[in-house]
Amino acid sequence: MNKIQLKAALLYVSCFFYLSSIGQPNLGEIHGNFQTDVQYYNKDTLIGAPIVPEKVLMNGFANLNFTRENFSCGVRYESYLNALQGFDTRYKGNGFGFRYATYTKDNLTVTAGNFYDQFGSGLIFRSYEERTLGVDNAMDGLRLKYRPISGLYLKGFIAKQRFFFGQGEGIVRGADAEINVNELSEQLANAKLKVQVGGSFVSKYQQDKDIVYKLPENVASGGGRLKVAYGKFSFSGEYVQKINDPSTMNNFIYKEGSAVLLGLAYSQKGLGINLGAKRIDNMSFRSDRGAIGNNLMINYLPALTKQQSYNLAASIYPYASQPNGEMAYQAEVIYTLKKDSWLGGKYGTTVNVNYSEVHDIDKQIPNDSTSLLEPHTMGYKSEFLKVGETVFFKDFNVEITRKLSKKWKTVFFYANQVYNIEVVQGHPGEPTIYSNLAAADITYKINSTNAIRIEVEGLFTKQDIGSWAAALLEYTVAPHWSVAVLDQYNYGNPESEKQIHYYTGNITYTQNANRFSIAYGRQRAGLLCVGGVCRIVPASNGLTLSVSSSF
Amino acid sequence: MQKFILILLGLGLNFISAEAQNKQHIASADVKKLDGSSFNTSQLSNDGKPMLVDFWATWCGPCKAELNAIAEEYAEWQKETGVKLVAVSIDDARNMEKVGPYVNGKNWEYEVLLDPNGDFKRAMNVNNVPHIFLVNGKGEIVWQQNSSAPGDEDKIFELVKKVAKGEEIK
Repeated sequence: MNKIQLKAALLYVSCFFYLSSIGQPNLGEIHGNFQTDVQYYNKDTLIGAPIVPEKVLMNGFANLNFTRENFSCGVRYESYLNALQGFDTRYKGNGFGFRYATYTKDNLTVTAGNFYDQFGSGLIFRSYEERTLGVDNAMDGLRLKYRPISGLYLKGFIAKQRFFFGQGEGIVRGADAEINVNELSEQLANAKLKVQVGGSFVSKYQQDKDIVYKLPENVASGGGRLKVAYGKFSFSGEYVQKINDPSTMNNFIYKEGSAVLLGLAYSQKGLGINLGAKRIDNMSFRSDRGAIGNNLMINYLPALTKQQSYNLAASIYPYASQPNGEMAYQAEVIYTLKKDSWLGGKYGTTVNVNYSEVHDIDKQIPNDSTSLLEPHTMGYKSEFLKVGETVFFKDFNVEITRKLSKKWKTVFFYANQVYNIEVVQGHPGEPTIYSNLAAADITYKINSTNAIRIEVEGLFTKQDIGSWAAALLEYTVAPHWSVAVLDQYNYGNPESEKQIHYYTGNITYTQNANRFSIAYGRQRAGLLCVGGVCRIVPASNGLTLSVSSSF
Repeated sequence: MQKFILILLGLGLNFISAEAQNKQHIASADVKKLDGSSFNTSQLSNDGKPMLVDFWATWCGPCKAELNAIAEEYAEWQKETGVKLVAVSIDDARNMEKVGPYVNGKNWEYEVLLDPNGDFKRAMNVNNVPHIFLVNGKGEIVWQQNSSAPGDEDKIFELVKKVAKGEEIK
């Protein structure tokens, strides 16, 4: 932690004491949360777990937030001694990762210090934190939010982005306006037609130090969005565009970027239908043109695929958006069969069907003398509506939730997937994976506090490292205790010595907003996805202790 | 210097434990309603009756199980205590559009808010979902729980009934 950071943090910490001492008896409120994860690592050559010289690694953080009337301020102290396996080792040591002060008056909100925010769906700007993935692109600067009249929302900021305990080189500037037409007047408030329109502008500045090529020092981007709802129907759409932005991520091409996200929904009691479409073209947007991985991302490109919640489905072949180009479609229907009908049973049955398909975009050579994606050229030409030949991902899945009686509850899940591991996980030359996955999740409530849950899963494929089976047994005593054992078994691995069991045991105790958890076992190497963002986790074996609390 | 900061933080924590006797209130954050309109969470209230604020996501199994279990009894809960449940979805842009169809598809009668960038979640110091808060008629948070197990709904209803009668929760 450098001296400037220390001084800044000190200033924010002292604001607690200063503000809480004035204006008695209204002391304001101090609240916060903390979490710490400590892991002891065993040697495990069978799964290729790296040897950890420290034996024990730890990630921890504590947030303290103070609020008094229109004022709030806070700090987050973070500790990586050293960072857990799988986290970037540049998260090292202790420091204040986040500190802010916010003041609101007369519809104007001013924030100094760190903040997270998002314009529209985030295609152009999203500053956020996904702690378990080590993603934190918190802004550090100044932000204003203003509502001059009812229904008009304005935002603006200038800031740098967090880069571990330091900051990225680039400066990011943004402005956003949103009009909620129905809030403009009282007559419009009751209209059946609901309309919101918005527009955003974001640009970054980074000095050009390239001695050969001229790189744009300012990269501007802009976009518009619309949301319309009428009765049971709603439509949302957003389009964004970015000027040329050669970077490591796009192989230093000068092509402009664009993204479009469309959604159409129909819903009434018992039935929900959602259709989505997306096109991304050269939209990796970072405040440092050399940044890779999860670092210094200015925007967020959501994956238009079902976010799986079952163990194998979520951890073995999860899909992540391809910022350089993809076209995706998704349809989802959720229908609840009526209670007391033959099909619905005594308690009703819910059927959820989801289909998504993701392709590359069309990419053609820009001219006869240039090869595809050649650095310092336009890179490629692309016809907007033409779908690329490469399939990245397909997923058809059905989930049926049925309560059989007061004691028995069941969920059945089936998925058929096509997964382009070469593109999604960057494994050149590996064949596309075709898989079927089935899961059953059965809960038996013994009495009002005790319950047993069994989850059985199978993932069947001939490609990659073959088929998997998984089983979870969980015993809960509400509201405090949970004991679980989980085993993932790669029984179909073509190399018989690699047909490994990945077993974990877990005990959790919850007391209100405090949780203590101890786990022991093997972590499988692969992708871990939370909130739609993924990172590679290495194999590990050991004991993990987690403590989490909100106060 | 670092030691100094740690001492200060330590003092801060002492201060919090003293402060903790003061009741926590719903924090202010800008979120969206399902129809896309903006809403500030400081306006959340239930006219002097108990209110539950439950953070969830469409990808979270235990969250959905908890909300589905409550949904079956919600009409009775409301009749008996006047309680209102506000289901705050932390789904980001990936799943945000699916929340409305899901809620309707499941016949939920809850008030639903969208918190796609976690602004309300952070302001309420929620680490992970599900996380449920019980708010009394004065707008004070009297109980909260992070995690969910089958059977929790019975306990939650017991607490709601106490709060509706104006009793204290330890």
